[in-house]
Amino acid sequence: MGFLDRSRTIAGAGWNRWLIPPTALAIHFSIGQAYAWSVFKIPLEDSLDISGTASALPFQIGILVLGLSAAFGGTLVEKKGPRWAMFVALVAFSSGFLVAALGVATRNYWLVVLGYGGVGGVGLGIGYIAPVSTLMKWFPDRPGMATGTAIMGFGGGALIASPWSTEMLKAFGDDTGGIATTFLVHGLVYAVFMSLGVVLVRVPPEGWRPAGWTPRVDAGKPLVTTANVSARNAVRTPQFWLLWVVLCMNVTAGIGILEKAAPMIQDFFHDTASPVSASAATGFVALLSLANMAGRFVWSSVSDVVGRKNIYRLYLGAGALLYLTLMLEKDSSTALFVVSTMVILSFYGGGFATVPAYLKDLFGTYQVGAIHGRLLTAWSVAGVAGPLIVDSIADSAHEDGRTGPALYTFSFSLMVGLLVIGFIANELVRPVNPKFHESEPADREEPAPPEETSDPLPAERR
Amino acid sequence: MTDADGPSSNAAARTGSPVVMVVAWLWVAVPFLYGLYQLAEKSSKLFE
Repeated sequence: MGFLDRSRTIAGAGWNRWLIPPTALAIHFSIGQAYAWSVFKIPLEDSLDISGTASALPFQIGILVLGLSAAFGGTLVEKKGPRWAMFVALVAFSSGFLVAALGVATRNYWLVVLGYGGVGGVGLGIGYIAPVSTLMKWFPDRPGMATGTAIMGFGGGALIASPWSTEMLKAFGDDTGGIATTFLVHGLVYAVFMSLGVVLVRVPPEGWRPAGWTPRVDAGKPLVTTANVSARNAVRTPQFWLLWVVLCMNVTAGIGILEKAAPMIQDFFHDTASPVSASAATGFVALLSLANMAGRFVWSSVSDVVGRKNIYRLYLGAGALLYLTLMLEKDSSTALFVVSTMVILSFYGGGFATVPAYLKDLFGTYQVGAIHGRLLTAWSVAGVAGPLIVDSIADSAHEDGRTGPALYTFSFSLMVGLLVIGFIANELVRPVNPKFHESEPADREEPAPPEETSDPLPAERR
Repeated sequence: MTDADGPSSNAAARTGSPVVMVVAWLWVAVPFLYGLYQLAEKSSKLFE
C-alpha cells in the first residue's frame, strides 16, 4: 500500500503532536456535513418530485451505514492505521457526493440514496473512528480533550456546511442542474480539505510519551487500566454493554430535543403572552448546535480531571433533573427553557466525545478504535428511538387536542426514565476482569528506540 | 522515548515546523470561524 501503509505513518523524532488535532478536524469537519443534509431536502423534493420522507432517506441510510461501517470496519482501521482510514473516508465521502450528483443530474433518486447514503455513509463511519485511537496515543495525558476535539469537529461540520451549502444552492440554483453542481463541488472541495489529514497524520513510535509525563497507575483510579483488551473480547464483557446502554440512553435523551427543536419551542410557548416566532426558533436551533459542539470539547476535557464515571453521572443525573425542571416549570420562562435545553444538548455532545476515553480507560488503547466502532451501534438505535418517542407522543397528544407543554410532558418523563436507566448502568461499571486482558501489554512503558526507518510496532498491532 | 510538544531542531523542517503548524491550524480554523460567524448571526434572531 506504500504511502498509506501504517509503517509509513510512524512519526519521526520531533514530530509535534499538536499537528494531529488539525488532521482529525479536517476529517470530522467534513463528515459532520451529514448533520446539514436538511439544507438539500426541500430543493430535492421540488426538483425530483419526491416526498419529505424520501428526501430524508439518503441521510438516514448514511447514518445507518455509518454505524455499520464503524462497527465492522473498526478492526481494519486499527490494523491498517489512520492514514489508510482517512484515505478511505476521503474517497468514500467524496465519491458519495459525486455519485449523488450524477443521480440528481439524471433524475435518478435511488442513485442519490446509494451515493450519499451508501457510499458516503462508509466515509462517515470510517472517518468518524479514524483519528480516535491515534489522538489518544498522542495525548495519553489528556485523552478526553483529544477525542473531544475531533468529535467536536463532527458537531462543527454542520455549522460550516449549512450556510456554505445554502450559498451554493443560491449561486447554482435549486433545480436538478444546480443541486448536481452543488454536490459535485462538495465532493471535490471535501476531497481537498480532507487530504490534510491523509498527508499529515502520524502515529507515535511505540513507547512514546509526552515529555515529563508518566503513566499513572494509582489505586485512586481503579477504572483506568494499563492492560489491554481486544475488540473481540471487549464485546464479551459486561462493561461494554453497560457503556452501550449509557451511550444509547444519553443520545436518545438529547436527540429527542435536537431533531424537533424548532417546532418544540414554538409549541411550548404557543399559549403564552410571548410566543416564539419561526425566525426566533431558527436562532434557538443554532444555539443548541453551539451547545452540542461546545459540550463535546468542554465536558470531555473536564472528564480528564474528574474522571469518566463522574462526568457521566453529571450527564445522566443532571440531565434527568433538567428534563424534570422542564416538565415542572412548563412555559413559565423562555430563558429557563433555552438554558435547560442547551445544557441537555451539551451533555448529549459530551456523551459522544467522552466515550472513547472511557473505553480507553476500561479496555486500554490496543483496539480502542475498533471497540468504539462497535459501541456506535448504540447511536444507530438511539437515532431511531429518540425521534420516535418525541414525535409519536407529540402527534398523539396533538390529536387529543392538547397544546403547549402538554404535547411533550409524557415524552420528557420517558426521557427522565431513560436517563435514570443510563445512570444505573454507569454505576454498575467496574474494572474489566483480567481474564479478558491481552497476555502482553501493547503499550509498553519502557522506552523503545525511535528508529525512523523501521516499524517498531509489535506484529499484533500492525 | 520521550518528546516535547515542540519540534527538535534537526527534524523541524520536515515534521514540526512552525509554518506547517500554522498552515494546518488555519486550514481548519478558517472554515470553522466562518461557521461560527454564521451561527452567531442566526442565534441573534432568538433575541430580536
